[in-house]
Amino acid sequence: MFERIQSILIKEFKQIFRDPRMKTVIFVTPLIQIILFGYAANKDITYVPTAIYDKDNTAESRELLRRFTYSKYFVPERYIFNDKEQNQVLDKGDASVVIHIDRGFGRNINADKDAQVQLAFDGTDSNTAMVVMGYANTIVGKYQQDLIKERAYAKGITGPVSNVDLRDRAWFNGNLISRNYYLPGVISTIVTMMSLLLSAMAIVKEKEIGTMEQLIVSPLKPIELIIGKLLPFAVIALVQITLITTLGVFWFHVPLRGNLLLLLLSTCIYLFTTLGIGLFISTVSSTQQEAMMSVFLFYMPAVMLSGFAYPIANMPKIIQSFTAINPLRYFMVVIRSIFLKGVGLEVLWIQLVPLVAIGVCVITLSAIRFRKSLG
Amino acid sequence: MIKQRLKRIKAIAWKEFIQIERDPRSLSLALGIPIFLLLIFGYGLSLDIDHVATVVWNQDASSKTSRDFLLNFKNSKYFKITGYTDNYRDIERMINNGDTMMALIIPKDFSHYIESGKTAPLQLIVDGSDANTATIAMGYVRSVVSRYNVELLAETFNSKGLKPVKSLDVQPRIWFNEGLVSTWFITPGVIAMIIMIISALLTSLTVAREWERGTMEQLISTPVKAPELVIGKFIPYFTIAFFDLLVGLIMARVLFGVPFRGSYLLLFFLSALFLTGALSQGIIISVVAKSQLMASQLATLTTLLPTLLLSGFIYPIFNMPKFLQAVTYLIPARYYIIILRDLFLKGNGIITLWDEALFLFLFAFVMLSLAIRKFKKKVA
Repeated sequence: MFERIQSILIKEFKQIFRDPRMKTVIFVTPLIQIILFGYAANKDITYVPTAIYDKDNTAESRELLRRFTYSKYFVPERYIFNDKEQNQVLDKGDASVVIHIDRGFGRNINADKDAQVQLAFDGTDSNTAMVVMGYANTIVGKYQQDLIKERAYAKGITGPVSNVDLRDRAWFNGNLISRNYYLPGVISTIVTMMSLLLSAMAIVKEKEIGTMEQLIVSPLKPIELIIGKLLPFAVIALVQITLITTLGVFWFHVPLRGNLLLLLLSTCIYLFTTLGIGLFISTVSSTQQEAMMSVFLFYMPAVMLSGFAYPIANMPKIIQSFTAINPLRYFMVVIRSIFLKGVGLEVLWIQLVPLVAIGVCVITLSAIRFRKSLG
Repeated sequence: MIKQRLKRIKAIAWKEFIQIERDPRSLSLALGIPIFLLLIFGYGLSLDIDHVATVVWNQDASSKTSRDFLLNFKNSKYFKITGYTDNYRDIERMINNGDTMMALIIPKDFSHYIESGKTAPLQLIVDGSDANTATIAMGYVRSVVSRYNVELLAETFNSKGLKPVKSLDVQPRIWFNEGLVSTWFITPGVIAMIIMIISALLTSLTVAREWERGTMEQLISTPVKAPELVIGKFIPYFTIAFFDLLVGLIMARVLFGVPFRGSYLLLFFLSALFLTGALSQGIIISVVAKSQLMASQLATLTTLLPTLLLSGFIYPIFNMPKFLQAVTYLIPARYYIIILRDLFLKGNGIITLWDEALFLFLFAFVMLSLAIRKFKKKVA
């Protein structure tokens, strides 16, 4: 039995690497991807293109604006002088926020009246707008507190004023660098794509060319054929994940706090599911084009509903329960936890058990289907 | 001459239509995938962060001051207090397991500090793994605390017999996406992504199949010329992708309530440019790759992943390092996504969109002529 598996393994490897460009596709492109997407996968908002519309132009308005521009976030890109320009700036996307101070701002502050500052946001990207609003509120809030303190001092209230001092601490990702969160996700999406596509296409190809018949008439048993067909892709995927993890960690200085061995072990478990799905797709498709389309039909929802870019907790309940059968969802938590939290099996078993269950189901199902399609 | 040309193009297009019709599964996938994806993404994906799971450890639980302070969190839709605890170990466990996002720790002498005019330290522990969500959640806490501080100051003023404190208001005006609904932002991006993938994949694979099976040689031996062949192959897929666009548009409007504020005519015109480029790109891929396996790999690498990650669909382009921003100029989906979002949400016209339109035109022109040239070379 092992001899037969060995010979089909050798045949597979030969076939995969016969096209020299395939070597590049398999080993070099994941590295390019991890670098490019590692840079791209970043939601830290450190630069907010700002337009300034100061109708007041008093010491007070300039002080507030100074506080905005001194924060490293708000970078004044434009100074505008009328309402029409304000519309243009937001329409064109030249600025994502306009700080609009009306006439009378300084006078009101000096006269102890309520004063207002208007912030016009480009809300198109609601998430970014939300973060920017948080920044702006903090700056204005601080200015208000300083003003009140000044006034208190002027009125002769010199004693201590009670207040709450917020001391926030972010665990696991102290500087709140979003790349640390997204990079492990990028690694898992690359591995998913590669293993799915390679396994599904390779098997369908044999069907399409007609060489599958030749394999069937050989003394190979179906299970040996499956192992021999899938094992090379598992090996390739493991090599890929080691390569891109190493490069990602060294290039981007993303912390890898957990056990590397545990990461490889979980990857093995995860590959069971993706290769199983690849095998399944190959049994339902008769052409490579169909296989490709089916891979996408699985891949896109799997990525989108994995918590990779969109938190699962935000989804409607019905979709949340739907994600329970998404293997990438579990693997995403596992790879992120190993990277950032450094936790081990004692925490991650909750994720690994469903992953194993899905893997076993998928692989048995597709093995049965595969045998049928041979028979 | 031209008449004959058109006749040949028509014949090729007709043959292609028949071939697609014969493969109903591929066709239903090409039409079904967009509907399926739009449905789950439109309903499922959201970046609106509220009900942040919070655990509270109130070390000063016996005081009214601390409980009043906590009311600010309880009454806010942005927080959801999932439990109370009285030790660090619980907090650590819950954050490790992902059961909670934040832990709020009120110190033992909270009321004492507040009542005697001192500064009370309030501890907040946040799971920073998802930095984006953490930043927004921390912003919520900060604004609760700063509002509370202003109230405290007002009380101090009152107690000294002074006028209540003046306020400095931020008046946020949100444009284009007034309710900050993330679905409005995501859906146009999803449409662009689907169109890009469907068009590039579909063409690259069908053409690669003809090469693989050798039927391309048969076509070449007929009097059909290369440009005619390219355009003829093009038409059916153009039709399918355009249909997908219409479906996406209707679903966005009707199911997800995304407003459409621009001109439909402009949308169709610019979409046609984008489709021409994307389909030509598919043909180029199929010519460069000899096999379907290679074609699928190239299509993923050059269309799917860049469209997903470098187009501004998920990650804002202005945050990327400069060299990567330069790379995004080569990703046609970048322009198309801007156009879709502008047409849907901003209602901009050609006056503001002319540079994006120009880039799409260049993309379509370069890709189409490249496709024809590559094709000619390969045939010769």
